[in-house]
Amino acid sequence: MSGRTLYDRLIDAHVVRRLDDDGLVLLYVDRTVLNEYTSPQAFAGLRAAGRKVWNPSAALMVVDHVNPTAARRTREMPDADAARQVDYFADNARDFDIEYFDILDPRQGIEHVVAPEQGLVMPGMVIAAGDSHTTAYGAFGALGYGIGTSDIEHYLATSTVRYRRLKTMRINVAGHPPLGVTSKDIVMEIIRRIGADGATGYAVEFAGPAVTEMSVEGRIVMSIMIVEAGARGVVIAPDHKVLDYLEGRPRAPKGEMWDRAARAWLQLRSDSDARFDREMTIDAGGVAPLVTWGTSPDQAIAVTDRVPDPDSNSTADSKMAATRALAYMGLTAGTPIQSVPIDFAFIGSCTNSRIEDLRDAARVFRGRHVATGVRAIVVPGSTQVRAQAEAEGIAQILIDAGVEWRQSGCSMCLAMNDDILAPGQRSASSTNRNFEGRQGPGARTHLMSPAMVAAAAVTGRITDVRDLIGGDLP
Amino acid sequence: MTPFHRVSGAAAPMTTPNIDTDVIMPKMFLKGVDRSGLGDGAFNLLRFIAGKPDPDFVLNKDGYRDACFLVVGPNFGCGSSREHAVWGLQQLGIRALIGTTFAGIFNDNCANNGLLTISLDAATVGTLADIVASPASNRLTVDLEQQTVRVEGGGTIPFAIEPERKQAFLTGRDAISSTLVFADDIRAFEARHRADNPWF
Repeated sequence: MSGRTLYDRLIDAHVVRRLDDDGLVLLYVDRTVLNEYTSPQAFAGLRAAGRKVWNPSAALMVVDHVNPTAARRTREMPDADAARQVDYFADNARDFDIEYFDILDPRQGIEHVVAPEQGLVMPGMVIAAGDSHTTAYGAFGALGYGIGTSDIEHYLATSTVRYRRLKTMRINVAGHPPLGVTSKDIVMEIIRRIGADGATGYAVEFAGPAVTEMSVEGRIVMSIMIVEAGARGVVIAPDHKVLDYLEGRPRAPKGEMWDRAARAWLQLRSDSDARFDREMTIDAGGVAPLVTWGTSPDQAIAVTDRVPDPDSNSTADSKMAATRALAYMGLTAGTPIQSVPIDFAFIGSCTNSRIEDLRDAARVFRGRHVATGVRAIVVPGSTQVRAQAEAEGIAQILIDAGVEWRQSGCSMCLAMNDDILAPGQRSASSTNRNFEGRQGPGARTHLMSPAMVAAAAVTGRITDVRDLIGGDLP
Repeated sequence: MTPFHRVSGAAAPMTTPNIDTDVIMPKMFLKGVDRSGLGDGAFNLLRFIAGKPDPDFVLNKDGYRDACFLVVGPNFGCGSSREHAVWGLQQLGIRALIGTTFAGIFNDNCANNGLLTISLDAATVGTLADIVASPASNRLTVDLEQQTVRVEGGGTIPFAIEPERKQAFLTGRDAISSTLVFADDIRAFEARHRADNPWF
């Protein structure tokens, strides 16, 4: 018998009982984070059925999706719908006795930035939450995955989710990323190779020397973004970098308990003879800074390339999709992507809004200015990230460059708040989705790394960041 | 949830790959605290141009306005976890989706609401899409008990479904009540789990 994968170890450690012979189990879930837009109907369901929350202390509620990001922060929401969602959210926190970070809380921010900041995410946990990018927590050796509102309600009522075991895929990242290539580029390269459904039905384990060398923040980027290839869960074996990240966080264990936990956590890895249903290896050394040209995250090219010809697709449906994407994006096949002008530059989202991302952007913005006709905004991932960036002088570099320095939230990743593009406007964006209408009806989104967004902001067109600066880039 | 036994009606082809939940339910419709009004939201930016039905969108065409099945492309429902996408499809009258692969969270959301997802091989889905591309031959009957899709005046296609999932669709059972039957198991697990991981 071959050894177990880390994914299987985590699942095995959380099975309350089997529910059928096809891998369906009642899975115990250690934590959740709730936001104001996917949770209301779950709480309404609990109220209607007269049910309680099984373990209120396992949940955290944080406002992030609908709030404005204007520099001056007030408790009031500008539009009536957002106000009603936030009011109901606060009512639910109070009535079900769940910890709540409101919009003025110094710990507020995007849920997937806040939960690790607070030390709520620990290796060995299973964390399910009402947001697809919950896979972020794989970076800590926890199994994170997204669920819908019905499963949020199920989780709140039972601390469990009915769960069908996934197939496993290990993605080995070998080599060293060249100058100007970030974890965002590596994961975008994986997605464009395997496709937008290349990991559907799989739990992904990232491994290999480039992952080991990567910061925890970089691993979070990979863990979040691989959702755009359909991954339903992500794990990365925890190491000393994870311990360093967690030690001293508000909710992390302390003293002797920390020592015990740390010893246990470092044991969490796939057995050397573990078998995966699928394995692939990519060489980080061969990755270039990437940019999406279409409306699916797998429609990406190296920044030095031209917009591809839809006729190069193998199937009629993918050709149709590419043709439609080009029409939506207002692009012509054969156009060098670097000649495409932008109207807007956005740095933010759970994918790329941490301090490391802002440092990357600041290296490009330092001593430069946002191009005429371009509007650039930076939305830090949390209020703590914002404070840290101000303390490090990053905020001032951005402001001096003509960038709008905002408060935290999901903002233009999905444009549920007032940060929204007009039809036809084109953005360079550090987010994770370039879907039709994602940043506003008719808006055109090009995904890329934060440094690449900064490069586009200062030149006014999509730009190879490697041409702007040399030695001090990541 | 709504039980599913046997449903007959029109099917519409929508075979573009990777139709995401932002397209199925745009953000403007996500600001409620209940499930109402999402029928308007479903495919809103495709269905309407400046508030008027887009005559080129399949669900606005003769023979497809009352469709209760969609024959869809691979990875349907990818992207955001928003269950509003499923509620909206149901409010639009959609009872089952037939395709090759469905995105994971979306597929679970469908199961939790009684919207049946049927996975078939690519060639069969392609053939079915071609058949229903004509309103003259787009009437289907989906029989969950028998696990078949029957084309009116045509052939019958069998499909597979896990027995437990099938039972859930047939009975429309409340998943939480089913799970709370095991409340003692959960409590016992919790005690063991906390002893193993006191730092949680």
